[in-house]
Amino acid sequence: MVLDSSCGRAIDIALPWPAWAWPAALDAYDAAMMVELVTKPLVSLRDAGKIYKNGTVALAGLDLDVREGEFLTLLGPSGCGKSTILRLIAGLDSVSSGTLTRGLARDRASIGFVFQDPTLMPWASVFDNVFLGLRLQGISRRDAAPVVNEVLALVGLGAEATAFPRELSGGMCMRVSIARALVLHPPLLLMDEPFAALDEITRFKLNDDLLTLHGELATTIVFVTHSVYESVYLSHRIAVMAARPGRIIEEIAISAPSPRAKNFRTSTAYANFCAQASLALQGAMDEVLK
Amino acid sequence: MKPFGAIWRPPRWAVRTAPPVLVFMAMLAAWEAYVQLRHVPAYILPSPSLVLETLVTDSGTLFPALLVTLKTTLGALAAAVLGGVGLAVLFAQWKWVERSFLPFAIVLQVTPIIAIAPLLLIYLEAPSAVLVCAFLVAFFPILSNTALGLASADRNLIDLFKLYRATRWQTLIYLRLPAALPYFLGGLRIGGGLALIGAIAAELAAGNAGKGAGLAFRIAEAGYRLNIPRMFAALTLISVAGIAIFAALSVLSAALLGRWHESAAGPER
Repeated sequence: MVLDSSCGRAIDIALPWPAWAWPAALDAYDAAMMVELVTKPLVSLRDAGKIYKNGTVALAGLDLDVREGEFLTLLGPSGCGKSTILRLIAGLDSVSSGTLTRGLARDRASIGFVFQDPTLMPWASVFDNVFLGLRLQGISRRDAAPVVNEVLALVGLGAEATAFPRELSGGMCMRVSIARALVLHPPLLLMDEPFAALDEITRFKLNDDLLTLHGELATTIVFVTHSVYESVYLSHRIAVMAARPGRIIEEIAISAPSPRAKNFRTSTAYANFCAQASLALQGAMDEVLK
Repeated sequence: MKPFGAIWRPPRWAVRTAPPVLVFMAMLAAWEAYVQLRHVPAYILPSPSLVLETLVTDSGTLFPALLVTLKTTLGALAAAVLGGVGLAVLFAQWKWVERSFLPFAIVLQVTPIIAIAPLLLIYLEAPSAVLVCAFLVAFFPILSNTALGLASADRNLIDLFKLYRATRWQTLIYLRLPAALPYFLGGLRIGGGLALIGAIAAELAAGNAGKGAGLAFRIAEAGYRLNIPRMFAALTLISVAGIAIFAALSVLSAALLGRWHESAAGPER
């Protein structure tokens, strides 16, 4: 048994090198490829398509695996179907063609969702917003309080439990939204451009916090963004998408160590990954213009 | 201690209430002056001081009538809240209920109450007919506003509730009803005023005397006797009752929405 550094989980694998050589060997081995080799898909889309009632072809011929423990980012221009993929995975919509299989229990707590806007209930306190998922499971407020308070502390909002959303900043509201998704400890967390509306400083802070949470909770995350820089910083793997119809044109494995080093944003490796993702995104845009 | 030379500022409540109070006092003063200086007879236009005097001298007649009208108004408003919210919830839960009943609700809304009242007086006792008239007027704004609110819950939150496999009733209680609260309270404020108007209109049509007579009947009765000061006094009571109902519902609205809704919360964030 070894520790997979890319997703922070204990995994069983017959290594092709002795244990004493592990750190050096891992450096030589692509961490993201390790994830691919040793983990089974949590969600699989095969030749999946989505056509809306108005005839819009949102997705066509899409093949995508979401592997357990990974941080996968869907990167692409507006209208390429990134959010549609999240809705399909969440079960809020169904595929028009192809198949979607989930290796998840179909219960209330299996998937967490964070929207582009915090989407909080304005009439409820921070505590009650986070408590929502547990309340819908029939858990009493008293029983839920320790879990809710723990998650609030995890996102740095332990002191704001009684505040109402309108009394919080945009970044704090997004933290509440993340806490609400995490309170059920979902094996899969879907995030639809959650930091798009935030300023750069808040976004950087939340990026770091999200990576810390990912490391601590070992939740699989599918993250949607427009930002090349954000996608490279956060992900183990980036799926670059093209529009009309939405499809994946390239997958990029980000084989940098997790958690990210403090100087990762200014490193040559980061710049190279960003260049690679930018080129892929440019390719996606060219496909649209064809 | 205030710094030397600090300018005194009146409290915020005084700044907010002073302008309408001052305008009202000025209007009363002008009215009083006009009547006194022009020696206008009381049967044409009584002075405000005479109206006030009549309120005191005729209080034995006017206040029991006010009580009757208020009872009708509040009873009708309570029935409108129960009926309006109840039907709106049914509309939100089952679309076929909305398709079946909404046209009838609209028919009742667009038909003038003054035309319905004589018919109701044929089939019902006068107090019940007056109550039903006031209910019909107050019912529709509460129904339509609440139905709009129930249908206006955030789409993403609805998706979240679906994702969490919330039952229909959980979605109603934890999402749709709280989301509809500001809309309902808006409808309630409109309905409160309309219930009073409906009660007055129906009382005029009913025209029943005796212990069950409301303020509208007292106005009509005073009109027949050319007792214009009493007409003004009764009208004043109706206006004050209307303002009191609106104020009470505004306080209720502020108490329920105060901390979270933009319409009731202060500018500070």
